[in-house]
Amino acid sequence: MSTITAKTSHDDVHAPEIPYATQLRSNRLGLWLFLFSELFLFGALFTTRFVLWGNTRPPLSQEIGLLATVILLFSSFFMYRSETAIAYGDQPKFLNNALLAALMGAIFFVMVVVMEWNVFRLSGELFGIELFGHLKPGDGVYGGVFYAMTGMHALHVLSGIVFILIIWWNGRRGAFTPERHWGVEAIAIYWHYVDVVWVFFYPALYLMGKVV
Amino acid sequence: MRTLKILLTSALVKGLVGQAVGWALGYSFVALLRALRGLPTPWLYEPAVAFGAIISLLGFLVAAGVLADWLRWIVGKKTELKHGAPAGQPGWARYINVDTNHKVIGVQYAITSILLLLVGGYFAIVFRIELAQPGMQWLTNDEFNTLFSAHGIVMIAGILLGVGAMVNYLVPLMIGAPDMAFPRLNAFSYWVTIPSAVIILMGMAVGGWDTGWVGYATLSLKAPLGVVLFLLGFWMNGFSSIASSLNMLVTVTTMRAKGMTLFRMPIVVWGSIAASIIQLTATQTVGVALTLTVAERVLGLNFFDPVGGGDPILYQHLFWFYSHPVVYVFVLPGLGVIAELLPVFARKPLFGYRWVALSSLGIALVGFLVWAHHMFTSGMDDALRVPFMFSTMLVAVPTGVKFFSWVATMWEGKLPKNPPTPLLFVFGAISIFLIGGVTGPILGTIPTDLHLHDSYWIVGHFHATMFGGYIFPFFAALYYWYPKVTGRMYKESLGKLHFWLMLPAFWVMSIGQMSVGLLGMRRRVADYDPALGITTTHILITLAALVIGWSVLIMIYNFIASARTEPAADTNPWGSRSPEWQIPSPIPEFNYVTPIEVVGEPYDYGLAGSVYTRTIAPAPSGD
Repeated sequence: MSTITAKTSHDDVHAPEIPYATQLRSNRLGLWLFLFSELFLFGALFTTRFVLWGNTRPPLSQEIGLLATVILLFSSFFMYRSETAIAYGDQPKFLNNALLAALMGAIFFVMVVVMEWNVFRLSGELFGIELFGHLKPGDGVYGGVFYAMTGMHALHVLSGIVFILIIWWNGRRGAFTPERHWGVEAIAIYWHYVDVVWVFFYPALYLMGKVV
Repeated sequence: MRTLKILLTSALVKGLVGQAVGWALGYSFVALLRALRGLPTPWLYEPAVAFGAIISLLGFLVAAGVLADWLRWIVGKKTELKHGAPAGQPGWARYINVDTNHKVIGVQYAITSILLLLVGGYFAIVFRIELAQPGMQWLTNDEFNTLFSAHGIVMIAGILLGVGAMVNYLVPLMIGAPDMAFPRLNAFSYWVTIPSAVIILMGMAVGGWDTGWVGYATLSLKAPLGVVLFLLGFWMNGFSSIASSLNMLVTVTTMRAKGMTLFRMPIVVWGSIAASIIQLTATQTVGVALTLTVAERVLGLNFFDPVGGGDPILYQHLFWFYSHPVVYVFVLPGLGVIAELLPVFARKPLFGYRWVALSSLGIALVGFLVWAHHMFTSGMDDALRVPFMFSTMLVAVPTGVKFFSWVATMWEGKLPKNPPTPLLFVFGAISIFLIGGVTGPILGTIPTDLHLHDSYWIVGHFHATMFGGYIFPFFAALYYWYPKVTGRMYKESLGKLHFWLMLPAFWVMSIGQMSVGLLGMRRRVADYDPALGITTTHILITLAALVIGWSVLIMIYNFIASARTEPAADTNPWGSRSPEWQIPSPIPEFNYVTPIEVVGEPYDYGLAGSVYTRTIAPAPSGD
């Protein structure tokens, strides 16, 4: 192998410049291929639900599920406003909306982990609605599938929140311009994608089939 | 002394240290959580080992510096790609450090792949010696189970890395690109395979496992601790597969040279596209299968154990949805190599170029529709059997296209009287892939499969497809591109010796495996009844395995010795039209110093006046 490297002194040869437009095209395609790949991850979990649960579902709090879903879907709206704002150069609107989207994502995450999963083993009621779930991970296939699907989705929500905070932090220091804001665009697409996954997971977990 | 310092400060060593530290941290974290709740943590407590393994991957990547640029991006720093060896170090140091050049990564993949193939082959020889005689001689049943399971997964990891080697090295060169589209992601794809291989091998050290490489539930739920590390290591390899296939698809889409239309791309590129489509998507489903198994063992969720209402057949569906198509990942680049080499040596155009190109995609797409043919005896819904039998037979159509093209390309070609080693390996590949192929429909047909399922016939069939579709083409590629990679020619005599030892030995092994299978030898068992009358064949199989092992060592010696002693090779010793052979060997850092343009068909060998690529005259400089 020493022969390869003997000749790699290339003072006169520079790395070919990849134009920004080409790199952007590559980035976009790469992101969409990644999302296409993730489709099979979520698809496999979705299939698992129908194989193991069939036409049944566990008893879950309809109110919490609906509220969490509404909050997550609205967060996508603010992420969209954020991306549009940076495209028009409105820096404060971009930052505020990004933060709002992350905050709503965080509320969704807390509702899943603290309320549905009830990791802190709390109990309580508000307006006669029970706030904390009863389904345990060990409750047969109902626990297994519920925790696997919500867990995998919550992991994506969590990573999305982290990504939004990264673009927010960099955005405050002027890292994005109307012409060059691939980071914002990528996170926005990822965030919408995670929302759309929930649009399929929510009915599969909360609405379809008979309660056992 | 200096060499030792370079070795010890390399990314490889740093990463391994980081992995050990990460593992210890992850293990202690779980132990600490338990201590806070007043629980004791027994030695090799499974959740702690599993969590430690996950953190150890992170530890490796951070310590080796694979994530360095990305971590800087997070805090808003811009980073430039570094080129060449680390400052003040000799050129070979590039290969044990994080490097983003696709040629360096290709060589890294190739070396790691050969090492893993040696380790996996060594496991095979150890348990083959046990099988040479009935009764148990020098292994226990548990050791035997661990060895054949590890043989399977280590070989598969080795093959995936070999595919990575071919794709990474060749595809950017063949499409006229300076590098892959995402060089850092490319380095990540390679480096993630090292800690995952370490984790799989650690699984053998902590008690082994007895599930085979398939890891079927519910056996995997009851297997020893090693199975968790096997599942996690397998799972982490998936990161490499997904990231590198994504990278490869983007590279081919956006980085092609001027004039390189889809139907002017070499068949290796087509094979890589088809393989990447499979890896990009199907890997996720096996990832789910492995994740759910680990969750069931470690976290107490229930998916596969019928006691809690789970379904073990579901595991098999999720598993084979990846693991059947993945054999096409193994063979498609290899079949591309056969199609690339034959026209060069026959001095004739490739017969039916467009059909061969599209047959790669055809194999990949049909490959997604056949997975349940592994499960005819599993107890799945009977209604699934016949459709899967027919879809399985359909694979023969695009594969047949490739075979007929190869034969028609050779027909009346000017093949050399004394074939050089790469061409010999291509001939070997075609003959072996043929026997591997024609033994397949017998397994795809339900009645015969019910008889042959779980017999040594399967072992014979599978090894023939892997040797014909991957191992022989991979070796052909190694010999063929060796002068381009190193700038030196390998020793032809040793190459021929390698081939003439390996081909007959393989035939003895494969025919032997199929025959003992027909006579009642079960696979994955350590012992058999001498009354079956298959002892002589078993001795022959074991001897053949040893010969194959020695012949591969000859190849490795050949490559190492030739890189030091042989004189410089010609730029284009084979007379190829492909653009990578028109530039100096070894290839410059950024491949094409003057950009190339594609003006003709790739495989028009022997046609007067036909041109494939030419360099574009550099535009007058403005500054």
